[in-house]
Amino acid sequence: MNLFMYQLHRGVVGEVDSVIEFRKVTKRFGDVVAVADNDLAVMPGEFLSILGPSGCGKTTSLRMMAGFEQPTSGEVFIRGANVTGVPAYRRPVNMVFQHYALFPHLAVSANVSYGLRQRSPKPAAAEIARAVDEALAMVRLSGYGQRRIHELSGGQQQRVALARALINRPAVLLLDEPLAALDRKLRRDMQIELQNLQRDVGITFLLVTHDQEEALSMSDRVCVMREGRIVQTGSPRELYDRPVSRYVADFVGKTNFFKGPSAGEVLSIRPELIDIAASEAELPAGVSARFSVKVLNRIFLGEHTEYVVAHARLGEFMVMAPRKTERHAGLYEIGEMIAAGWRPEAERILPND
Amino acid sequence: MRLYVMLIYVFLYAPIGFIVGGSFNSGKQAMVWQGFSLDWYGKAFSNPLIMEALTTSLYIALVNAVLSAIIGTLTALGLQRVGGWTRAGFDALIYIAIMVPGIVIGISTLIAFVTVFDAVNPLLSVRLEMGAWAVIAAHVLFNTAVVALLVRARLQGMDRSLVEASEDLYATPFGTFRQVVLPLLAPSILAGFLLAFTFSFEDFIIAYFVAGPDVTLPIYIFSSIRRGVTPEINAVGSVVVLSSFILLIAAQLILRRSGRPAG
Ligand SMILES: Nc1ncnc2c1ncn2[C@@H]1O[C@H](COP(=O)(O)OP(=O)(O)O)[C@@H](O)[C@H]1O
Ligand SMILES: [Mg+2]
Repeated sequence: MNLFMYQLHRGVVGEVDSVIEFRKVTKRFGDVVAVADNDLAVMPGEFLSILGPSGCGKTTSLRMMAGFEQPTSGEVFIRGANVTGVPAYRRPVNMVFQHYALFPHLAVSANVSYGLRQRSPKPAAAEIARAVDEALAMVRLSGYGQRRIHELSGGQQQRVALARALINRPAVLLLDEPLAALDRKLRRDMQIELQNLQRDVGITFLLVTHDQEEALSMSDRVCVMREGRIVQTGSPRELYDRPVSRYVADFVGKTNFFKGPSAGEVLSIRPELIDIAASEAELPAGVSARFSVKVLNRIFLGEHTEYVVAHARLGEFMVMAPRKTERHAGLYEIGEMIAAGWRPEAERILPND
Repeated sequence: MRLYVMLIYVFLYAPIGFIVGGSFNSGKQAMVWQGFSLDWYGKAFSNPLIMEALTTSLYIALVNAVLSAIIGTLTALGLQRVGGWTRAGFDALIYIAIMVPGIVIGISTLIAFVTVFDAVNPLLSVRLEMGAWAVIAAHVLFNTAVVALLVRARLQGMDRSLVEASEDLYATPFGTFRQVVLPLLAPSILAGFLLAFTFSFEDFIIAYFVAGPDVTLPIYIFSSIRRGVTPEINAVGSVVVLSSFILLIAAQLILRRSGRPAG
């Protein structure tokens, strides 16, 4: 029986299959509750994002996993071992910092090899050199080993930070808003690159972001946080189609809220699930709710057009009309009276939290 | 504007110019020009009294600079860990140590040493008295504050996440200190070292009070001027000025280079 199995037997280790886990983790800074009683299990090989507005406790959660902060109460497990209280330098996880935190006094290769060089016994120089070459090739920076950090662009520095962490093959790679400092175009490229990288190396990625589009497009699962609490965890699709509350529906994608059946509830309808037509009769079959509305605003977005329309009783709401629908009618003009409606399954009654 | 600035520079540097110019005078009197010569440099460097004073001064300056660099760096690192009033209190002490005039440091260290020596000497088999070590102690007092200020400025400008990144990459706290903190502080420590060395090397006031029987170069110059100024003294002075100048420029360059982003 090896040590791990023994610990498992004794109940020292937790769920075998999670690679990193929070159990009832709370973190207080004085009066501020940054993370409140959270349970979270990250599965091996997955790409999980923690999504939430600024100040909701994302960074604090990540820092407790890395070991820079210790929970006020609760426990942290890595690969089944309880690491609560274990300092950062003895945890098998690595972090990509928001501003990369590359060592300015070291060349690129020395930055990348830093983690390997801390091991005891230290690997042979040739072995380190080979690993560095491999890691740099992985992030498409072959031949940049001798460069100084300040000679690199933001995107290149980002990739060095990734190589520096991945070379250690951590149990989990923690990424704190890694793309926030990049410009829009580069950010889009890096999103794809990160996804490919994760698939290639097979290392578990845990990414923190306040950008819902980023979280939805890259992750296998997304964990939505609000004021220190996890409010929903699920696949991007689950979050989008079956949000558990008004907060999640609002934060994940765009939606319209209408008065709900009771005071504590709202009706949510995604703008792309609303059909529009020149008249109520022309709305597709199966559309149960049909309304006559006035076009207030129109934004042409290429593949679809975003309309803001107003109904006498329902008020204003947003409609996302694909090109396909408009082909017959053409664009509707501002001020024009048209018809809008939706199928019963588009309606979602959510707690108004 | 131009003229005004130039007048200020002339006013500041003319005396130094006279000293350096006089050192090349071939005559016996510093004030009467009799032709160009380097003889006085040769004479100065073969004068055993001057060489002994120079050795004493270099010794004091070097030991002082090493001790100040170490203690000052440790002070800055320690201050980083305390907060609130403790820190404000120590900050005030550092600034006071820098602002107190040399003559006050000189007199007060003299009084302190005399008092301490009187108290402990009857208990010891060796006799403690004034001398090079007393000068070093007084200089370290002042220079520790200078180094601490320089290093602290650098520490405050240092990205805290670099330390965390190092720990994240499995370096122990000592490993992080050795591989990240120290290299990043090195320029400010080195600059502090050079400033401490320069200060100590050319200090007269403090040394005059506590040097006891030991003779530093500035003390030697002062005492020989009373016997009349020869170009030999000008030669010694020129060497002191030139070396101080080089050291100060070096310290400036180091500080400026390390101040560059990501430098
Ligand atoms: N070291 C700290 N000291 C005091 N309060 C902190 C500290 N770190 C974070 N907080 C507070 O905890 C809350 C969560 O912060 P953070 O985890 O950084 O949020 P996010 O990363 O989601 O923006 C915030 O209210 C923040 O002000
Ligand atoms: Mg954050």
